[in-house]
This record gives sequence, structure tokens and C-alpha cells, in this order.
Amino acid sequence: MLERVLKGSPRYYAWLCFLLTVIGYAMVVYVFQLIFGLKLTGLSRNVSWGFYIAQFTYLVGVAAGAVMLVLPAYFHHYKPFKRVIIFGEFLAIGAVVMCMLFIVVDMGQPQRVMNMFLHPTPNSVMFWDATVLLGYLILNAVIGWTTLEAERCDVQPPRWIRYLVYVSIFWAFSIHTVTGFLYAGLPGRHYWLTAIMAARFLASAFCSGPALLLLLLFLLKRLTGFDAGKAVVRPLSLIVTYAMGINIFFYCLEVFTAFYSGIPGHQHPLIFLFAGHEGLNVWVTGWMWTAVVFAFLSMALLLPPRLRTNDKILPWALLMLFVATWIDKSLGLLIGGFMPTPYETYQVYTPSFWEVSIGLGVFAVGALIISLLWKIALDIKKETGEEFELPAEEATNI
Amino acid sequence: MNSSRRYFLKVAGLSGFALAAASGAQAAQAVLSPAPAGKGAYASDKGALRAKRWAMVIDTRRLTSPEALRPIVEACHAAHNVPTIPGPQEVKWIWDDTFHHAFASDPNPVLPKDVEERRYLMLCNHCTSPSCVRVCPVKATYTTAHGLVAQDYHRCIGCRFCMAACPYGSRSFNFQDPRPFLKDLNAEYPTRMRGVVEKCTFCAERLEKGLLPACVEASDGAILFGDLMDPESTVRKALAENFSMRRKPDLGTDPGVYYII
Repeated sequence: MLERVLKGSPRYYAWLCFLLTVIGYAMVVYVFQLIFGLKLTGLSRNVSWGFYIAQFTYLVGVAAGAVMLVLPAYFHHYKPFKRVIIFGEFLAIGAVVMCMLFIVVDMGQPQRVMNMFLHPTPNSVMFWDATVLLGYLILNAVIGWTTLEAERCDVQPPRWIRYLVYVSIFWAFSIHTVTGFLYAGLPGRHYWLTAIMAARFLASAFCSGPALLLLLLFLLKRLTGFDAGKAVVRPLSLIVTYAMGINIFFYCLEVFTAFYSGIPGHQHPLIFLFAGHEGLNVWVTGWMWTAVVFAFLSMALLLPPRLRTNDKILPWALLMLFVATWIDKSLGLLIGGFMPTPYETYQVYTPSFWEVSIGLGVFAVGALIISLLWKIALDIKKETGEEFELPAEEATNI
Repeated sequence: MNSSRRYFLKVAGLSGFALAAASGAQAAQAVLSPAPAGKGAYASDKGALRAKRWAMVIDTRRLTSPEALRPIVEACHAAHNVPTIPGPQEVKWIWDDTFHHAFASDPNPVLPKDVEERRYLMLCNHCTSPSCVRVCPVKATYTTAHGLVAQDYHRCIGCRFCMAACPYGSRSFNFQDPRPFLKDLNAEYPTRMRGVVEKCTFCAERLEKGLLPACVEASDGAILFGDLMDPESTVRKALAENFSMRRKPDLGTDPGVYYII
């Protein structure tokens, strides 16, 4: 099936060339980071994680979000999702690869990465995170590839794949729970030390992951004519709506605990994020408020069924939701966690140009993987004669 | 062309075989004979200082001026090749700061003037239950049998999880090669490379030689060091006779550095 990535339209080639150019540029920057160290980043002794780990955290959510297609399809036998499930699995593969790359580019000694497995340390959450991410990658690759192969041969997928799918559903929850534990188990970081962290991560993942998937499916329809169908878009956007509602609710719970208890340590990070501290990091404040506005605006557009089912409005709502959750769970989470420092001081963190360059390279790798895998999946669908365009009235009444 | 390729394959194959055989033989030897005491083995000096639980007591009443603190910080940083890097990507093992920063948990609004104006030394607390050790994914930071939190610069992958986990901000990361920032090199202690985390070691290497930590030696008696489990130790006596504080004891890490106020 792999040979299908080689044959495509000029537009397809141009897109691949563009991605490869970005990757090439980022590689050069990364070589400099390897030579000179992480001093090229905006990180410091007091803010020791930043842009890279922020993207890692967010993308684990995107990867886990694919389960919102798999779960209804396999647990509730909701057939229409099966039409696009392969795109969800392949999106998860791209996201997990990006996660791993973001961890590697963040390392001071990346050539020692295998120490994680040479000296396995079960008491470290990071060891578990590496393990479950690798497992999730393998699961999705095996499941995606096998079901696609079966689709190509026009046969039922083998029986054992069902069991792997069930495992992958629980696995998706586990990867993001473990990512939440990375933060929630650290003493002295008030913004992270909260029992609801993993739950917040999951809620955020289950809206942002499917939101990104829907946006990409809309793009796919424009570019190739492949219509996911209303029977996919309607229920999935409803899932997104519920998950975002829970996500916002959970965030409000944090705000309540911090401000009603009156404990300063719990309040300081929130105050810093939304009001800054003596003029420090003003850009973060703007971003956090943007996230708030986008979050509520997206909810306003998603909640009323009349707006949610409007194909013109839905993409914008999803885009705003995506940006809002991205700000909250990436740099907002990291900067809020490190502020104030263990000495109750505040320090500016702004990602450097080089840091963002390398990050863009990782995103390009992810986009490349997703593009190639989706290309294969789409070609197979075309070959097996699956309808690209669906009749309009097929919509369910959700 | 053909013959040269064959030659290449021959040489490559032979060298691969030789390498495998050599490393196999080495491994076999390692299994058969335990490393002899002396060369290549780790043995403590006879005079090595030992404790069940090392602890440090800093008498802040005696360290009031910056002049009193400077030699202590300098002694540590010189002994361990700690570079002087300006800016927020600095590396430091021991440093001084205000009362509010050292004991950062909303202290009383009115404090004795001298307590508030004093500078307080900060360093790794060598906690009994260290969160940095708990989170390290490669066991590069670990607790020794004597209650020291040690750091293996050669295993550290530079993920900085320990820095996020340390509630005291005691850890530094080498954002760049630290060697150009060293003025006087101490050949007795290794320098570090870029990309690894480092911190105070309670001078584990000096304790092995029967010496007290460099900061204790330079403090002229203002910093005490001893076994917390030994009722006769100087640190136990000092803590029994004076009011002392620890940084963030409520986090359950059980820090090993005590401050007499």
C-alpha cells in the first residue's frame, strides 16, 4: 500500500515539498541547538520547560482525542463513524510522533534517550508516559494498517483486531491520564498540583482532538471531494460541544477553589496568567484572555443546534475552540505552573525564535506523516469504490 | 569494482566479528572476576565520614552580612567547578537570598528587623523523600545510603523533570557548555557538559575523604554538619538548643537543611 504516497497531483507534491523545506530548515536550527545547547531557547533556570513540553502536552490530547471516533463505533456500534475512523487513527499516529519529537528536542542529552529503557524507573511518571505513548503509537499503527489492508481486499478485518481496538480505547484514556500525572504529582507547583488535572486534560483532549479532526475532514472535502458525511459531522460536533463544556466547567472549578479558599499559593498562578505581575509577561495575559473569549464564543456557536449544524459557522467555532484549548493547555499551563518560582518571584518566559523554528519543524513532520497516511487511506477508499459524495438528506437528527 | 566490494565486505565482516568477540570476552571476564579492590573499584577511604542521615544546620544569626556569605558560596563553587554564567540561565549550587524568598509562604507582616534583613543561604535540601528522585526517568538522581541526594551527570538525559519537581529551586541546568565560564579549574572534581542537570551534593566526594563539606569548612563554624540520627552529634545539639526552621516542611519532603533563626 505504501507505493501510493508516490503518485499524486502536482498540488500534493508541492505540499510535500513545502513541508520538507520547513523540516529541512528546522533540522539546521536543531543542529545548532545540539551544538550550542538549549541556550538558544528562551528557557531559564526558573522556567525550565516551555514551548516544546507545552506542545507535547497538547498533542497527547490530540492523539487521545481520536478515541472519540473509535469508542462510539466499537462500543456503541455507531456505523457511520467507521467511514472516517482510519483518518482518526492516522491523525493519532502523527500526533504521537510529534509528541515524541517534542520530548526529544527538549532534551539536553538526546543521544541518551534510550536510558529511559536501559534503566527503567517505574516510580517516574515520565517513564510511564514514554511507555504508553510508544504503545499507543504501535496500537494505532497496527489497527490502522490492518483495517485498511482489509478494506483494500474487501474483506472483514481479522477478529483479533477487535480486541486491539478495545485495548486502544482504554489506552487512549491512559496516555492522557499519565500526561496529567506528569504535572499533578509535583509538590510545590500550585497550578499543577490539582487532583482534577488528568480529568481536565481528558476533557480538553476530547474536544480539541475531534475538533482538529473535523477541521481536517472539512479541508479534505474541499481538496479531494471526500465527504465525511453529516452522520459523522453532527454527532462528532456534539461530542466536541459536550467535552468543551466540561473542559470550561473544570477550569472554573480551579478558579473557585483558588479564590474561595483564599489560599494565596493557589491564586498566584491564575492572577499572573490573567493579570500579569508588575508588567511581566504581558503577552501571556493577552493570550489567556483570548483563550477565554474564544472558549465562550465557540460555546455560543456550538450550543444552539441551529448554529452547530450550520456548515458555514461550524468550522469557525471549531477553530476558535482549538485555539482556546491550545492556549490553555500548552503555554498557559506551562507558564502558570512555573510562576511564581519556588522563591515567590516572577520571571519572563518568551519562546525564542529558534525554539519556535524547531517547533514548526516538528509540526511539519507531523503534517507530513498525516498527509502521507491520509493519502494512502483516501486512495484505498477511491479504489474500493467508496462513495466520496454523500446525499445531503443522510443527516441524522442530532 | 567487484573485487573491491568483496574486499570491503570481507574487511567489514572480519572487523565486526573481531569487535563482537572482543566485547564478548570482556563481558565474560567481568562476569567471572569481580572487580579487584583498587583499580576500577569503588572503595571508601578508611577515614570516610559516615552517617545514617546527614543534616546541615545553618546558624543564620552568625551569617548576617554579605561579606560573611561570599566566601562560603565561593568555596563551594570553586571546589565543584560551578561556572559563573550571567543571566537567567545561570548555574548555582549555593546562593543567598532574602527571608521572604527563602521561606516563601506569606510570613508575618512584622518581623524582627535583623531577621528580615538577613540573607539566607539556599542549597539542595537533600530531602528524605525527594520529589526529584521520584520523577527522574533514568535514575540519574538518586538517594545514597547516607541520605544524600546524588546526581549522575553521565546518565542524565537533560529532561529537567527534576527541576520542575524540586519545590526549592535547587537545581540548575547546563543550557550551554559551562567550561568557558570557569576561571580556575579544580582538577579534583569533574566539570560538566551542556545538557545535564546539576546541584549541591553535600560534598559527597569530600565526605569520602573524611572532610566536611566545603561550605561548612568556609563558614567558620556558622554551618554545622552531622548525623541527625546520632543524639550526640553537633547538629542534634544545636537543634535541641535553638529554634530552627526548614523550607516548606509542609510538602512532606523532609528537608535536611535547618536554619537557626
